[in-house]
Amino acid sequence: MALRGNLRDFTITQLLNLINLANKTGTLILDGPSEQAYISFREGKLAYARLGKDDGSLASVLHKANKININQYRAIVDRAGQMTDKELGLLLINAGYVTQEDILLNLQGYFTGVVRKLFTWVEGIFRFENEMLPPDGRINVKLDLENIIIEGSRHLRELEQLQDEIPSLDMALKFTKRPLTNVNLSVEEWNVVKFVDPKNTMRQIASTNKLSDLDVRRIVYGLLQAGLVEMVRPAGVVALSTPKQFPVQDKQEQRTLINKLIGRIRTL
Amino acid sequence: MQTVKMVVTGPFSAGKTQFIQSVSEIDVVATERKISTDEERSVKSVTTVAMDFGRITVDEDLVLYLFGTPGQKRFDFMWEILSEGMLGFIVMVDSTRPETFREARSILETFRAYAPTPFVVAANKQDMEDAWDLEDVRHALRLDGNTKLLPCVATDRKTVKDVLLELLYSILKDMESGK
Repeated sequence: MALRGNLRDFTITQLLNLINLANKTGTLILDGPSEQAYISFREGKLAYARLGKDDGSLASVLHKANKININQYRAIVDRAGQMTDKELGLLLINAGYVTQEDILLNLQGYFTGVVRKLFTWVEGIFRFENEMLPPDGRINVKLDLENIIIEGSRHLRELEQLQDEIPSLDMALKFTKRPLTNVNLSVEEWNVVKFVDPKNTMRQIASTNKLSDLDVRRIVYGLLQAGLVEMVRPAGVVALSTPKQFPVQDKQEQRTLINKLIGRIRTL
Repeated sequence: MQTVKMVVTGPFSAGKTQFIQSVSEIDVVATERKISTDEERSVKSVTTVAMDFGRITVDEDLVLYLFGTPGQKRFDFMWEILSEGMLGFIVMVDSTRPETFREARSILETFRAYAPTPFVVAANKQDMEDAWDLEDVRHALRLDGNTKLLPCVATDRKTVKDVLLELLYSILKDMESGK
């Protein structure tokens, strides 16, 4: 079924979060105000990206990174038009122009750069095409999305949206099962991470770190979006508002009451 | 006469009133008003401003009340009042309107903060072609694997019953585990 919508209502960061957590394979196609972007993923990891008229080819990426000059770029485009990026990469490595590491690092930098540009898009239509892979012959990378998501979350500054995402600072945080490795966090973010524990409310974490409500929400939002933490009720806190859920106090009678309700609903 | 209540909540136009209507033995006592903004009017013409109220009589001694919350945020002062004493709550989300998922998350977190009662999430309009897959909705709402996310069509009594039953099973399970 459809995975489509408008960026005004569902941001790039949220889309990357969904693709990351669901380990999706396919291509996200975004129609922005003046350009179209194609971002491909394999099992939830960034594989390829291109934006607008830029073809995202290896020759173009290496030229932009000053790894090959304009004459070399033109020569490649003229003479190696039918060559795949993989073949071209091998040729350039064998000729001593670049190393394999150069190629991978530059492609990774280019693809993440495309995604970074998308963080500025607030208008546009998106759709995710399952199983649609990058064009044949292009070199794919395999980049974890967590760091990109956290970076994108830093762009979110609007208090109103953050309050929607995290309505109450009286909730606590706990780590999810996703490992907290190879994640680039700022000092402020680490200071929050240090106190992630179901015993600590976000309000307490903010107070300890002398962070404003806005700042702690922004940091927690990034961690939530990257799937590193989740919100939980603080451990050991008894809710103030639990008046008379049941008209009877005896546990067995309460169970009987619920079973009666189940029986009645089944007959509807 | 003993009474218990459940709350049906969710964003504007998620299908809460219809959900209650599908199983209530009385016509839903709705407190609806004409929509005041153009954007909202394009989705539906009237909305709940205080609450919806449905009833299911179990026997002569026991009645279940279903309360539907107003979906628009400007009426959120009603939410805490309605949540007092609830057995559990259902968060409804329109699977075809991803623009409401953020609000659904916010409502879910708000209700979780009110009371530690069990809840389930009902993904409404799963019969529509442009509905998001359940698993995509799960990730978009940041639901963990233990949270029940159920397909639902608010006009279809069977799926509404299934949602209510799953919430009751969760309540029973919580009681048995001593929560």
